[in-house]
Amino acid sequence: MLENRRFVIIGFFALIGLIYLLRLFYLQVLDESYSIESSSNSIKRVIEIPFRGQIHDRNGKLIVYNTPVYDLVVTPNKAKVADTLRFCKVLGLERSEFDSLMQAASSYSRNKPSLFLRQLSKEDFASIQDIMVDYSGFEFVKSSLRTYTAPTLANTLGYVSEITGGQLEKQEVKYYRQGDYIGQNGIEKIYEEQLRGRRGIKFVMQNVNGVYKGPWKGGILDTMAVAGENLYTGLDLDLQQYADSLMINKVGSVVAIEPKTGQILAMVSAPSYDPNILASRYFSKNFAALARNPYKPLFNRAVMASYRPGSTFKLIQALVGLQEGVISPSSGFSHAGSPIKCHNHPYTGTVSMGVTHSCNPYFYNVFRRIVYNNDIKNTYKASAYGLERWYDYVSKFGIGQRLGVDVSSEYKGNLPNKKYYDKIIGEGRWKFSNIYSLSIGEGELLITPIKMANVAAIIANRGYFYTPHVVAGVGESRRIDTTFTNRRETGIAPHHFDPVIQGMIGAVESGTARRSRVEGISIAGKTGTSQNRVGDDHSIFIAFAPADNPKIAIAVFVEYAGAGGSAAAPIANLVIEKYLRGTISNKALETRMLQANFINKVILPGPPKKPVSKDTTRKKP
Amino acid sequence: MAESKPMTKNVDWVVLLIYIACLFIGWVNIYAAVYNPETQTSMFDLNNNAGKQLMWIGTAALLIICILVIDYKFYETFSFVIYAIIIVLLILVLFAGSNINGSRSWIKIGAFSLQPAEFSKFAISLAIAKYLSDPAISLTRKLKDYYPIIGIIGLPALLILMSNETGSMLVFASFAVVLYREGMPGIIPAIGMILAALLIITLLFAKWYIAAVIVFIAAVVIWMMPTLTRRNGGLMATVLISGLMIGFVFGVDFFMNNVLQKHQRGRIMVLLDPDSDPRGDGWNVIQSKIAIGSGGFSGKGFLEGTQTKFDFVPEQSTDFIFCTVGEEHGFIGTLIVVSLFVVLICRLVILAERQRSRFARVYGYCVAGIIFFHFMINVGMTIGLMPVIGIPLPFFSYGGSSLWSFSILLFVFLKIDAQRPFTLSRG
Repeated sequence: MLENRRFVIIGFFALIGLIYLLRLFYLQVLDESYSIESSSNSIKRVIEIPFRGQIHDRNGKLIVYNTPVYDLVVTPNKAKVADTLRFCKVLGLERSEFDSLMQAASSYSRNKPSLFLRQLSKEDFASIQDIMVDYSGFEFVKSSLRTYTAPTLANTLGYVSEITGGQLEKQEVKYYRQGDYIGQNGIEKIYEEQLRGRRGIKFVMQNVNGVYKGPWKGGILDTMAVAGENLYTGLDLDLQQYADSLMINKVGSVVAIEPKTGQILAMVSAPSYDPNILASRYFSKNFAALARNPYKPLFNRAVMASYRPGSTFKLIQALVGLQEGVISPSSGFSHAGSPIKCHNHPYTGTVSMGVTHSCNPYFYNVFRRIVYNNDIKNTYKASAYGLERWYDYVSKFGIGQRLGVDVSSEYKGNLPNKKYYDKIIGEGRWKFSNIYSLSIGEGELLITPIKMANVAAIIANRGYFYTPHVVAGVGESRRIDTTFTNRRETGIAPHHFDPVIQGMIGAVESGTARRSRVEGISIAGKTGTSQNRVGDDHSIFIAFAPADNPKIAIAVFVEYAGAGGSAAAPIANLVIEKYLRGTISNKALETRMLQANFINKVILPGPPKKPVSKDTTRKKP
Repeated sequence: MAESKPMTKNVDWVVLLIYIACLFIGWVNIYAAVYNPETQTSMFDLNNNAGKQLMWIGTAALLIICILVIDYKFYETFSFVIYAIIIVLLILVLFAGSNINGSRSWIKIGAFSLQPAEFSKFAISLAIAKYLSDPAISLTRKLKDYYPIIGIIGLPALLILMSNETGSMLVFASFAVVLYREGMPGIIPAIGMILAALLIITLLFAKWYIAAVIVFIAAVVIWMMPTLTRRNGGLMATVLISGLMIGFVFGVDFFMNNVLQKHQRGRIMVLLDPDSDPRGDGWNVIQSKIAIGSGGFSGKGFLEGTQTKFDFVPEQSTDFIFCTVGEEHGFIGTLIVVSLFVVLICRLVILAERQRSRFARVYGYCVAGIIFFHFMINVGMTIGLMPVIGIPLPFFSYGGSSLWSFSILLFVFLKIDAQRPFTLSRG
């Protein structure tokens, strides 16, 4: 029966054929791991990261640009490091660092390249380039580093750093990958999409030795990288640096705005740091040092620090009073009957004089009239009603809300209303006598420096403002969002501003800020003194100039520096003179303010108070 | 060729069509494998493998005409003479051969090289067929009838081994098919397969576990065995077989380390785990799997393959030609090629079975077995089911020797088959 063995033989042949077909079906159709994208080694995805947009100041000077550097990336599956010791020595790594870097790369993906060492300078790259040829799986990727022409504007500009794990997960459109850079703060964050441009992806063919063999499928799947757009800011780099220098050894903020446009001319948050230290390989070390600094250099005081505005708030009280009709420009109040004390000054028979001498009882009476400007008999209810009306006026100045500036982390501050007092005191249990300290900018009011600068701009404009903004135009077409070009009205009639501005001019000429007046420039200003429970008062000054054709509106806050006229007013007036004239006439005042040291008077929150040598944050590590 | 001249009359058209299809598909894929987009050359350019292959195909056609013209009795009559000539050639290359790729097995004639080992399959097939055509020879009953067969296969095997061409020698295992058909007890190929399976298992699992499993199975077999069988030596046989199997398991290490050469050991290890040495022995397997796998269902298109073209897959036009098919034509392409082979081999078996002479039948089975073995090993290695053994895919791989030898092998059988109506049965 040997003939029947042919069936065994044919069966065996057919079986092998079937097994092979099943295997082929599995390999080619079912198993995705051999598809082009994931595993093909002849087609390589080359990612082109475009240069991030540059940032210019209002005069065309560069503030931020890019320096080419090289990142070393590793594909763990391809990486072969035979002699780890030599490898570590070449790159200047510890063995443990090497292990943890490899571990991090492997845990991200074994088949995709991830960052190994970042930001090797051109010089480093040149010295190790040849040696790295011996190690497969490692590649250099051209990258760039943010570089700052001047050690200033750190908090305004923000910084760029590697995307965090949380950000990676949160992104709605999966654009970023592990190791990508992203703007983390300031305008780098706000304008991230414009600055970053669009990443390009090229599919190229390469042979077994990695030699380029042309675009894959003629490049139809490629996308071109699009360079990031440049930002043209309204900042004046010279003015900014001058304001910086005046704020050395002080804690506080300077914000200067061009009233006609709302463009921010300068924005100082002191103490600050050189932004270049966060754009280096030593980012994490430097960042940690900044975070530990008790004076919080990472805290952008210009938009984040909330202060009681003190007497500067009297300007708003006067304007609201005039608009409400509860006072006229010629209304006069004496000190009599006021629970708030005052200093010695001539009788304030007009609004202008009230402003000039910053008379506390004067504004106590103005606020009282505003609050009780109704027919309600019940004083509690009358106060609640009056406060709501007042709240509507004041909030139009942008107080108690975010202005919408293009600098990240803007704080709202606090403008108390009925709801607020109902909550902290109880509904129907408070009246004017509980809230009168608002009349002189104390109490529960909290305002950020940029808002006070904006108040100065509103008065300069006689009733309106544009949302303050750093970036005046994006890209070559200088696009700008309409939120920055829409005129925002306060509802105060322009003629009501005349007596207030007269009073402000008086304050600088002969009032609380007279010691820092600038010969030949008519500055309208108002001092403020924000009281602290412990330590000296915060010194505050807001101003604009020239009074008849305002070009600059400014707010200066110096913490624990005493009365508004002693620190904030001189600094503001020096900045104004610098901006309008380019030179400083009162050299003695300039020298005094440059050298003034208020940082030692700062009461740091919480024990222990460590003695800190002067302005360590400005030194590069 | 297919004109109705007397010499082509009765030639099996199924085999002939498959043969022509294979040559054509093979030639197109050789062109794709060596195609370089930067220096585009024509399919007919004699400077590349595709052009050369076309020349080999042309010469093969001449050879086929000769084969069909020569009287069919020639092959049976001169079987041993042909065998002797090949043996002489094999001895000759040992001394006068040119060294190509580390094996001294080529005879250079001008620009072209021939490999006598390729033709030894044909010679052995003829010799075995001739030997078994004696009706007195029985593989079922007499052990001594095996000795000449061992000699016929063993002598060229030894000579080929000496010239370092192990791959060609392994092909001789395909004669197991014809011997099985002619009466060799089924237990022998079964043992061969069991040993191969045991070898793989031993390399994958701990030896003591395997031994324990074998003892367990033996115990179950003995327990289930009818009492009569157990008394009549069944017990002893089972104990002996399981003992030998355990001995083999422990002998594998010795075999792996002392008998096999380093590269052979590596190829077996890679079969089990290609990632064990991805840049070394595993490279070929991984790359060829990527190439085939990346083809997907319908392939990347003619000349669009990138894995094969850019040298990721080695030996693209010879041993790994199947990768090009898989990459550029996808599962559809591989399905066609595998089907062509299975149909061809099965058709050969059917043809062999209808022969009236034992010589013709044995020779037919030899042809089917050899083509099958080449197909199984070659395609198997590209998809990671077989160790990497450098033997060509019949009719597809680039190379004159292999094309000629397979053409001769096949058409001698077709010639004999065509004469079947005029042959008298002799058993």
